[in-house]
Amino acid sequence: MKFIDELEKYSELEYEDFFRKITDDDIINILNKPSINRLDYLALLSPIAENHLEAIARRANQDTVRNFGRVMQLFTPMYIANYCMNQCVYCGFNHENKLKRVKLSMEEIKVEGKVIAQTGLKHVLILTGESQEHSSPDYILQAVENLKEIFSSISIEIYSLQEAEYKRAVEAGVDGMTMFQEVYDADIYRELHLAGPKSDYAFRLDAPERACRAGMRTVNIGALLGLNDWRKEAFLTGVHADYLQRKYSHVEIAVSTPRMRPAVGGFPPRVLVEDMNIVQYITAYRIFMPRSGITLSSRESASLRNRLAHLGVTKMSAGVTTAVGGHSKGEEVSQFDISDNRSVREMSTMLYSEGYQPIYKDWQALV
Amino acid sequence: MNDRLKIGNQELSSRLFLGTGKFSSNKIMPGAIAAAKAQVVTVALRRADQAYPEENILNYIPKDCILMPNTSGARTAEEAVRIARMSRAMGCGDWIKIEVISDNRYLLPDNQETIKATKILADEGFVVLPYMSPDLMSAKRLVEAGAAAVMPLGAPIGSNRGLQTKELLRILIEEIELPIIVDAGIGKPSEAVEAMEMGAAAVLVNTAVATANDPVAMAEAFHLAVKAGRQAYLAGLGRVMQSNASASSPLTGFLHE
Repeated sequence: MKFIDELEKYSELEYEDFFRKITDDDIINILNKPSINRLDYLALLSPIAENHLEAIARRANQDTVRNFGRVMQLFTPMYIANYCMNQCVYCGFNHENKLKRVKLSMEEIKVEGKVIAQTGLKHVLILTGESQEHSSPDYILQAVENLKEIFSSISIEIYSLQEAEYKRAVEAGVDGMTMFQEVYDADIYRELHLAGPKSDYAFRLDAPERACRAGMRTVNIGALLGLNDWRKEAFLTGVHADYLQRKYSHVEIAVSTPRMRPAVGGFPPRVLVEDMNIVQYITAYRIFMPRSGITLSSRESASLRNRLAHLGVTKMSAGVTTAVGGHSKGEEVSQFDISDNRSVREMSTMLYSEGYQPIYKDWQALV
Repeated sequence: MNDRLKIGNQELSSRLFLGTGKFSSNKIMPGAIAAAKAQVVTVALRRADQAYPEENILNYIPKDCILMPNTSGARTAEEAVRIARMSRAMGCGDWIKIEVISDNRYLLPDNQETIKATKILADEGFVVLPYMSPDLMSAKRLVEAGAAAVMPLGAPIGSNRGLQTKELLRILIEEIELPIIVDAGIGKPSEAVEAMEMGAAAVLVNTAVATANDPVAMAEAFHLAVKAGRQAYLAGLGRVMQSNASASSPLTGFLHE
């Protein structure tokens, strides 16, 4: 069975009807359970649960501190190419957008890696657009080969690969894979992904599972908030994480909660997602999946990130640029505008002042 | 009183082992270790970062402590063995706490893989302390594999739920000749007392100290608890009256009729 079959079970779910029946007592009862099921999680995502946000947040804080401690893992993204065949209407790298297309040479990748390493970070996330010509698996794995000496853990956030290609990546020393489904609603997905390999909804949906089967240590999924009703997308992301974690218990399943940011192309969010909604999503997910990682990017503002550090997040980006070669060459054309420009040092200072230890190294690749 | 705990070729006066994960800052650690009077300190090798001294956890552990690196993050015996060898190569000594977890939902250890790793590393001369689910046959196999002590869990890591596995721990304490060190689950000093009263050789505490509002004060509370529990065990617990105790003897009274 694949996740697409699991997802089918929820295709008839009447969310509005379900939410209407949830009462304040239901929320209080759920918060008193030692562990909660999928529908309890959905109840915590309901409008009525907003009345209990402080209690939900308290529980999420306790669950996080017990399971992860007072620590926050740091990492930074490294964009190495922005050529892309896809036409995702909301993305700055959209094939149709007129922007300067670049890719780093292996020498430039090493320089970029060394600049990042000077900040003390040992975890890096490599990103590319989707282009077999310019950023093929061979090119990406060659980059990994060049970065292995510099970083103790390398993750990739690239296009969907075949299982055999994920295996090659693992053997090359990649230990983490990030893949956002963007939107779980298949109809909306079709509307927003007009052309290119990424327009294949099912192939992308199955990618995290292929990575799990291939032996990836960490698999990080997520929905891009702003494309559909956030409550549904948050629920289905949670179901996806739960499905993967049960089936592949040796893999660390994590989620991200990315919210749409302004990008080249100027596509506006279809749905407004407020700070309160992000808080409800992160805290509800934490209670549902108490040992799962939650990754927070610099799409969110510095002030909100400072607060979210207490509510369930376990991993944060720092010293971020979303431009190709941005760490060594400065910003030119970025994938999207970030909101939190703080350096690794500034993030560490903030975390210590909030009572959290920044973790620069949390794994040593054994390959 | 010369009540020493012998592990490998070390004799320890402290029966409280301390974990170092989850602290809000490495700087708190020396104070917590001192307050706990801990002699054995465990460190996740995956976090040791020799390239960054300021953030390297190893630099915050007093030199007179016995370092017990752990293989946290290992999912198989093979990975645990590789981490252990890396630890030795880094100069972290011969003690190793084996932690093999391939279950990210509950963080329960994989006893079979743990036994395999213990055998390989004990043969290579490591002092091996395996973390395990309390199961008698697995504990016996760990003894045969060459473990220096056996470290069963009281409850899953980070759960702070106390001695949920109490009856199984009691059986291990009775049946296994090696020191039994209760690792994971102990959330309160009273639970450490309970484990020590039962005859555990030591306890390993991390989350309960690291995530307390005042970790140093909590470390001291655990020191006192472990000391009290050990002393009570050595003193021999007195008779505890059952609540249904009765003066008459319905079963043997006939002997006196």
